[in-house]
Order: sequence, then C-alpha cells, then structure tokens
Amino acid sequence: MKDIRYIFAIKEAMQEEMERDENVFLMGEDVGLAGGSFGASKGLFEKFGEKRVIDTPISEAGFTSLAAGAASCGLRPIIEIMFMDFVTCCMDSVVNQIAKMRYMFGNQYAMPIVVRMPEGGGQNAGPQHSQCLEAWFAHVPGLKVVMAANPYDVKGLLKSSIRDDNPVIFIENKTLHAMKGQIPEEDYLIPLGKADIKRVGSDVTVVTASRLVNDSLKAADQLEKEGISVEVVDLMTIQPWDRETVFNSIGKTHRLVVAHEAVKQFGFGAEISAAVNEELFDELDAPIFRVGAPFVPIHYSLEKSYVPGVEDVKKAIMAAMG
Amino acid sequence: MKKLSNEQLIEFYKNMLRIRRTEEKLMEVFSAGEIQGFLHVSVGQESAPVAICANLNDDDYIGTTHRGHGYAIAKGIDLNRAMAELFGRKAGYCMGRSGSMHLADLSKGVMGANGIVGGGIPIVVGAGFAAQYKGTTQVAVSTFGDGATNEGAFHEAMNLAAVLNLPVIFLCENNGWAEFSPRPIHCKIENLADRAASYGMPGVIVGNDVIEIYQACAEAVARARAGEGPTFIEVKNDRWHGHFVGDAQKYRGKEKVDAAMAKDCIKDLENLLLKEKALKKQDIENIEKSIADELEAAVAYARECAYPDPSEMADGLYV
Repeated sequence: MKDIRYIFAIKEAMQEEMERDENVFLMGEDVGLAGGSFGASKGLFEKFGEKRVIDTPISEAGFTSLAAGAASCGLRPIIEIMFMDFVTCCMDSVVNQIAKMRYMFGNQYAMPIVVRMPEGGGQNAGPQHSQCLEAWFAHVPGLKVVMAANPYDVKGLLKSSIRDDNPVIFIENKTLHAMKGQIPEEDYLIPLGKADIKRVGSDVTVVTASRLVNDSLKAADQLEKEGISVEVVDLMTIQPWDRETVFNSIGKTHRLVVAHEAVKQFGFGAEISAAVNEELFDELDAPIFRVGAPFVPIHYSLEKSYVPGVEDVKKAIMAAMG
Repeated sequence: MKKLSNEQLIEFYKNMLRIRRTEEKLMEVFSAGEIQGFLHVSVGQESAPVAICANLNDDDYIGTTHRGHGYAIAKGIDLNRAMAELFGRKAGYCMGRSGSMHLADLSKGVMGANGIVGGGIPIVVGAGFAAQYKGTTQVAVSTFGDGATNEGAFHEAMNLAAVLNLPVIFLCENNGWAEFSPRPIHCKIENLADRAASYGMPGVIVGNDVIEIYQACAEAVARARAGEGPTFIEVKNDRWHGHFVGDAQKYRGKEKVDAAMAKDCIKDLENLLLKEKALKKQDIENIEKSIADELEAAVAYARECAYPDPSEMADGLYV
C-alpha cells in the first residue's frame, strides 16, 4: 500500500490506462502543457506527448463532440471539463450525441468516452464554478454517472470507466482533490454499478455519494456515541445505481436518509427515495429524509452555510430515528 | 485537374438520378403515410453528394445533416436496408430507431445523419482526428447547410480542425434557406466561404455543377490525404422543396420555387451527355427503368420486414 492524494490517484489511473491501451488519449483545456487546471494530468504531456495529451481551444462543445466522433472510429477518449458548470456549453454533445449515438445508430459501434469533471463548492468560486449537476445526466438514458469519495475509489472507478464501452460522466469533487488515502501498489479496478457499504450499521441507512460519503461517516461516528448505529452506503455509480445493495440495507435498518451536495429538489436522492417507496414501502419504519443544498444558486460568501455537511446528515438521521 | 471520362460522367448521372428517384419515391410513400416522422429531401441538390463521394473510399467518413439521404446513397448504402430503416423496421440500418433523420452505416463510413443543426460537424472532425491519430490516409467529410454555419458547433469544429491540422472537408451546401428563413435574415455575408479565412483554411466557392464540385472536392481530398489540413467548400445551390416534405413554402412564394426548379443539375448533365453523344435517349430510359425496379424492390422489401418488438426497445442501450 502507499499514500496518495485524490488528484494524483486520478493521474495514476489515466497514466496506467494510457500505458495499457494506445487508443486511450486525454483531451481538454490546459490538460497538456499546464498539467490540468487542478493538476490531474501533471506529467502526462511529458510522458505521452502532444499526440495523446491534447490541449484544446476553449471549445467544450467542439472537443466533446470531436471525442464522440473519435470514439465511434475506435479510439477511447478521456475528456476533461475544467469545471462541471462548463458542461452546460456542451450539452448537445453529451445529451443528444454521446448518450444516443450507439443506440440511435442501431448498436453499430461502442461509445467508450469518459467525460471527467470536478463539481462542488469549497473554493468560494460562486454560482458558475461550484454546481453539482449529476442528476441531469442520470436522467439521460445511455450515460453512466460515477462519483468517487476518496483516493482509492477514484482510481479504481476511473480505470473501470476508461475500460467501459459506454459513455461515463465521471464526477470528481474539488474539496477531495487534496484528500490523502491508501491505495495498493498493484493494478486494481472497482466495478461500475456496484455500491460500497462504507460503514456497517443496524439502525438507519444513509445512501450517499462523493464528498457527502465522508461527511456521513463522520456523522455516523458521532452518533455511535449516542447509541445510534448508522450504515453508510456509497453508491459510487449514480446511474445505473445498485438497487440490490441499497434495498438489502434498508431491509436490515428499516430507515433511510439520502444525502448529496446537489440541490435537494430533483436530486438523485429523490429517485432513490421514490424507488424505495415503490418497492419497499412495507419495510420502512419512518419517512425517508433527504439532505441536499437549498434551492438557490450556490452563494459566494455564504458558501459554508449553503453546502450541506455533517450536521445536516446528523439532523436527518435523528429525524429518521424519530 | 482530374480529367473526367464519359464513363465517369455517366456514372455521375446514374448516381444523381438514383438519389432523385429515391427521394421522389420516399415523398410518395411518406405522403401515403407509410413513413412517419419528418422527411427532409434534397431534390435539386444531387450534385454535391455524387461529386464528393466519387472522391472517397469506403473507409473514408462522411457525416450529414437531417437532409442527408443523397450522401448516404452516394456513399454506397444498401437501399433495401435504408428503406427498411425509414419504414421503421428492425432490419433497417438502425433497427428502426432512427428513421430518415439519423440514417447511418458505419461499414460504409456513413457516420450518420444528425438531427441537430451543426451538431454533427465536430463529430466528423473527430473521425478526422481518429484518422490522423492512427496514421491512416482516411479523410472525413462533414456536409451541412448554410443555416448550420451560424451555430457555435460549426465555429468550434472549423477552428479545431484547423489548429489540429485534421484531414477534414467541410462541404457546405448554401441553398439560401435556413429552414424557413432566407439568407439575409440569418447571415450578413453572401459568400460563406469568406468565413474559412478566419480559421486559417482555404475557402472555395462552386456552383451546382457536378463536374465543378468534383474538381474542388478532388483538390480538398488530396490536400487532406497529404496531411495539409482542412478545406471549406461552399456549393451554391437551391432547394426545390420545403424544409420538410409537406412544407407549403408560403414564406417563399411560387416564383422563387419555380426559379429554383428551373435550374436542374441532373438535366444539365443529361444535356451534356446527349450533346456529346455519350448517352442516347434509349440509354436514359434503361437507366430510369433499372432505378425504378430497384426502388420498387426496396419498398417491397421494407414493407415485408417486421417492426421491432417493444420488448427489444432497450436492447444494447448499454454494453
């Protein structure tokens, strides 16, 4: 095992997959010479050269669709969108083209693209550099949506995403970039579509992803002292989400909290909640409680009170416990 | 310039006529309710598809707009499977999922028609990128109309192809109409090829003459294959019919439609071949007969094919 930061785990995943498969390339704004705006591709340009690590004009729509064309011709692009907010500039590429091309053209080819993007607050970057928009993409058939909560997960999930023949929206979290964790020296993968039980508990289940996984674990630790046993389920893949693991956990705890950083209304928590209501209503001993940001754009100076965290998760758990 | 033999010109003539008669047949079955959705035809604009595709190999790529039947046919798709697709049948190229607006056959380099105006242009640039990445001499052709040149995707695609020096040909058919709006409403300049200079690539203007377009395409394709980068070609033509089949074109007026129909790129070539005595009236009748038989067979085939079953709706959504 070795210590590594989240951002370097991303780099290692890309580097190993580029070494493994010459069809894998990285493209985006400042990913080459500059090593990526957050440093995720530091050293890759020097290692693989301008052919495989490509600096683009500031043209999200152009290079994202370019990647779709390249993927349909047998390449395996990794695209970096500098901030998740900027994906709005290429929604045609992602939603009308990438998500549909394989299906719409009668399964004539695969569409192996990874679109990486960091989301979330933490930098006081304001309304256009801090959004969490994963639910939009989980709503579009044809895409997979992946979120990673720590260095170990981000590396294993990113490598699986690069090897996947479907388009993957790979969402990083800016506050996690500096997070340290342990990873094995050797090659490993984490399968897409499988949730991970990050903490075993018996009283209440918290279904969550990305940064809120870590906050939920902290909340669980604190509540343990008060005699509440919390199970934390990290979805890791938002679409397709692992119903079996979530349902089994609720079958055990009979209480559910769903937690994400995104705006609560219409967030992925709403889908989990609705599905549990449909399938497991009789198992529930309490209403389902959701944790999410308020329904306003993320606030520049009030970011700390805007972004949900440990206290919000604790409150929701206490509500579920009655 | 490549000298074209009479045999080649006869081939052009046959291919153009095949596109025209196919679209006329499509209009007929569409009006009879056998094809659903939207149908956009390119009658009067058959020269550009034939001219560009005569310069391409099977493994070269082409991506079109919603008005893309001509290119798919000229690139060599099978009419039976294409017809089955437009009829929404499972045996169609796209399993009945696409209809007219997304017809694709990747085995012939037909990357697919695109329903989003301008949306397909950067995708084709990606095919050019793949060719360069793999070190092949393949080229990628993006075809679109004048309306698409006002989309951001066009601008980003042109700039990307230029800075990455990709083997791409941007083939713009300026038919003067962006859906229901004439050129002066959507574009201040008359010659769209003027835009090419701002991206650092050659911009060429040609009329709706198949030989003239062929020569311009030959030069652009040769440049692309030699690693000299992209070219923008503007073909000045006119749209005989409306934006879609059923569009009464009240915004346009009968005089303008009549004027468009008075210019016929197929008749022009036919007259040339008759004058050169390369074709006789009887030859033309034989060509017509052979195309009509092929189309009857394609429609009969499509009618007999089964629809996809609702249980198969999600097949292959994920792999």
